[in-house]
Formats: sequence, structure tokens, C-alpha cells
Amino acid sequence: MLESLTSYLTSNTTPGQAGNVLWALIYIFLVFGGVSLAVMAMNWLERKALAHFQVRLGPMRVGPHGLLQPIADAIKLLTKEDIIPDNADRLVFWTAPLIILCASFAVYVVIPFGPTHAITDLNIGILFMLGVSSLSVLGVVMAGWASNSHYPLIGSLRSSAQMISYEVAMGMAVVSAILMTSLNRSGTGTLSMIGIVEAQQQQQIWYLFKFFPLGFIAFLIFSIAMVAETNRAPFDLPEAESELTAGFHTEYSGLRWSLFMLGEYAAMIAVSSIAVTLWLGGWLRPFPHALSGETWDLVFSLIPGFIFLILAAVAFLGVVRMPKDPYFRVQTMGLAGFGFLLGLIGLVLFLGPVRERIQDIFWFTAKVAFFMYMYIWYRATFPRYRFDQLMRVGWKVLLPISLGVLIGTAIVGVVD
Amino acid sequence: MAPVATPFFFYFLSFLTLASAILVITRKNAVHSALALILGLLAQAGLYLMLYAPFVAGVQIILYAGGIMVLFLFVIMLVNLERAQKEEQFNRQWLAGILAAGALGALLVAVFLKGRALFPASTQPIAEASNTQQVGELLYGPYMFAFEIASLLLLVAMIGAVVMAKRRI
Repeated sequence: MLESLTSYLTSNTTPGQAGNVLWALIYIFLVFGGVSLAVMAMNWLERKALAHFQVRLGPMRVGPHGLLQPIADAIKLLTKEDIIPDNADRLVFWTAPLIILCASFAVYVVIPFGPTHAITDLNIGILFMLGVSSLSVLGVVMAGWASNSHYPLIGSLRSSAQMISYEVAMGMAVVSAILMTSLNRSGTGTLSMIGIVEAQQQQQIWYLFKFFPLGFIAFLIFSIAMVAETNRAPFDLPEAESELTAGFHTEYSGLRWSLFMLGEYAAMIAVSSIAVTLWLGGWLRPFPHALSGETWDLVFSLIPGFIFLILAAVAFLGVVRMPKDPYFRVQTMGLAGFGFLLGLIGLVLFLGPVRERIQDIFWFTAKVAFFMYMYIWYRATFPRYRFDQLMRVGWKVLLPISLGVLIGTAIVGVVD
Repeated sequence: MAPVATPFFFYFLSFLTLASAILVITRKNAVHSALALILGLLAQAGLYLMLYAPFVAGVQIILYAGGIMVLFLFVIMLVNLERAQKEEQFNRQWLAGILAAGALGALLVAVFLKGRALFPASTQPIAEASNTQQVGELLYGPYMFAFEIASLLLLVAMIGAVVMAKRRI
């Protein structure tokens, strides 16, 4: 057992390809734990950032600056009474949140956090991701239908129409990016997530900038469609609060409701990482070719540590700015402890071996984090679409443009 | 990676496919039937995976489970289920049913008995690592004509659907 643990460390593939079940399990736990942690962090960040967008404070009571709010929420949801409506279809009502959760977590199997940091590398990687994440619409439809009530039914009808419409444009944008992978010297494209990033490395360009502006337009289409796919504002018609109370999960409460939330945020991270993999160079650091060489490698590998040190400094600034009243003493100490923890992580990231292994994961996560912040930003900025407008944008604007980009990419690829 | 517990997965997936297929025709509620059908299609995708055809499995999930069946559900949810439930579920045409089932069963037995003779000896199985690329080369190489004809057929069906749905174009 110890041997199979250590033998993998020297190999150069993902645990799935190496056939190492033990390390695959470790990776699965790491990835799922990390995603759950990210969902909690995102929950806090979203409430906090939205509040600041609207000149409010957001959660402030539980922990310093509301840092422990997600934990409090989780405890509240777990201990809440779990209600199933009388006329609901019990079995379907039960399985709906599980389907959403499984669909949005299963896609993490192929997400490449680094050349070797993925649970496995599938030949059909991107196809698998799109297929499995499209199953989550089933969960939404089942939830809406099984609740046997008006608002959920309308919400789920809207959602199935919306997700199918935007999936088409999304698929076209993805295909145009996959087409770009086939423009290597070898002439064969790839659907594997790791292969796509490696193709970008070989062609020395992020697909965002390839065949400017074709790659850029495809990226824009995808980043619009992915917001619609995950039912987030401004496309959050399936759960439009002001019209449908909570849309498809109106009748859900407690743990099951929290599963919906977990699935939604996990799906957000998953589609963001598709965008990062296809257009933003996945785990590649910025300018791996223009700024190559050992010095630049060293400089870029120090960035993760510095980021954490800056975060620690921000936390300590918060400690200084805390009111001096004895009432806030515990909170001040907590914030100082949090800052200390962040600083410690930063220092660990400066260590040689850690630095080498953590780099690609850091760049991938940083790019995904950018998208997650954009999600919050959209929600704070744009008003919700009306349903006919939503359909018009999907079918009459995004789809023709994405078809045009696909054909354009093919033509330029052949001519080039 | 070497396959693990192949017989178990084969029988498990086959059982799922058969069980859900039976559920599809015995459930009174149309939504339950559709959900069972989705389960069956997913199990079929698993069987394709076991045949080292990941591309077909992926397409099966995207097209059938993710696309077509969601549209099915969408339509079924708009139908008045209470009236549909009162209708008779099975028709009574025993003779036609027995004939069709017998023909299908005979075909099954024939293929089972003569399988090796009917189909050419299996060529080298396509490597899993480059499955998609191989499928692409076959589709756009030897089977180009059939592929284009099939896409033309789909186009005709699509135009027909639009023409029928819209009175004025």
C-alpha cells in the first residue's frame, strides 16, 4: 500500500490514467473537499460583495466580518424541518436534488487543475463535461414537476426551455475552440481537457486571442451562455424571486434545499473551469513563452505566496480597524488568527517543493476565481431578462453568431 | 487502465436497461415512464463505455438523456395527465403483438447462433485513447456519403417540422 502511494508520486500522469485507485480516491476527496470549501467561500463572498455593491455591510455578526456565516447557515439548514408537500410525488421529489448534485459534481472528474492534477483524463473530456452538466436540467424539471404546485412548475418549464436553448449556442462556441486544437502540426484535434490546454501551450497562444477576434467572440458567447446554463442573474428566470417566489425549489426546505444551492454553485465553478480550460489556457501561467527562462519562472512561482501574504495583510488591517470596545475582543482575536493562518499558508507556499507542485493549481484557481467574481458582478449589475427577450437572445443573436464564428474559424484555419 | 469487474458491470448495466425498459411501458404516469427511459438510456451509455466507445457514450448522454428526453418531459408536463391516466394503457391486439415479438425473438436467436458468420471477424478494436479521432476519420473518410445523406435527411425533417408548425412563413 505504501509502495503504491509513493510510486505514483514519481509518475507523470493523472491517477486515473496510471490506474492507481488509491491516489484516485485521494484526488477525489481533495477535489470534492476543495469544491465544497469553495462553495462556502463563494457563499460568503457573494453576500459580502453584493452588499458592498449596494452600499450595505452584509453579514457582520457571525464571526469577524461575517466569516463564519456560511457555517452558521449550514447548521441552520441541517437542523431545519424537512417538509415534503402532501401531494408531491415523493420519489421524484427525493431524487431531484440528488440528480442535480451528482451531475454538477461528476464533471469534476475531468477538470484539469494541472498537467497531472486531474482525477483522470478522458478521451471525450469536454463532451463528458457538457453531457453530464446538461443532465442537471433533469433535476430542475423533476423538482418542479414533483412539487405539484404552480410556481415550481412554471419555473421548471422556463428552465428546461432556457437551458436547452443556450446549450446549443454554448456547444457551437465549444466546437469552434476544439477546432482550433486541430491546427497543430500533427493535424489532429482533441476533446481531452488536458490535451486542449497542451495544444494551447504548443501553439503558444490562448485560444481567447487566436484568430482575433474569432476566439474572443466564441469566448464571449460561451461566457454569456454559461450564466444562462447555471440559472444565474440576469438569466435567473427559473427561480425569479419577484415573480415565482423561488421558482423550481419553492417547495424545498432544509437539507434538500441546501443540496440545490450546493449543486448550483458547484455547477458555476464547473462551467467556469470549462471556459478557463478552453480559452484561458487552463493551468498555464501568463506569458509562458514571452517571459520564459528561469528568472521569470521563479518570479511567477513566488506570486501565490505573495497573494496569500497580501490577504494576511488585509486581515491584519481589519484587526487594526476593529473597534477597541471589549465587546469586539473575541472577533478581533478571531480575525487576527485568520490573518495568521493566511500568512502561514503564504509562507508554506514559498517552500521549494510546494511551490513547484502548487503553481498550476494556483493559476487555474485564480482564473476560475475571476469568473466567480464576474458572476457576482453580473448579479449586482444587470436586471433580469423577460422570457421572450431571453429566448430571442439565445436563438436569434447568440446562435447565428456562434455558427458564423464556427464557420469563420474553419475557413481561417484552412487558409492559415 | 485495465478493466475492473467487467462481468459485474455488464450484468448490472444490462439489468438496469431491461428493468427501466419494463418500467417505461408499465408505469401509468407518463412522467415516470419518461424518467425510467432516461435511466435506461444512461445505462446504455454505460454499456457503450464498456465496448470501448466513449465517444458514442458521450453523444448518447448529450443527445438522448440531456436533449431529447428533456424535450419529452417538457411536452409531457404540459399534457393533462389526469385524463391520460384514465385511458387504457395496453391495446388488445394480441395477434399482432405476438407476431412482432416472435419475429424479433427469431432475429435475436438467429444473430446469437450465427453471429460469427454474419459479421466479419472483428478488426483490431479501436484504441480507447484515440477513439474520437478514429470515429471522425471513419465518418469523413469511407462513410462520407452516408454521413452527408443522413445530415440531409435531418435537415429535411427540420424544415418539415418548421413548415408544419408555422402557417405563415
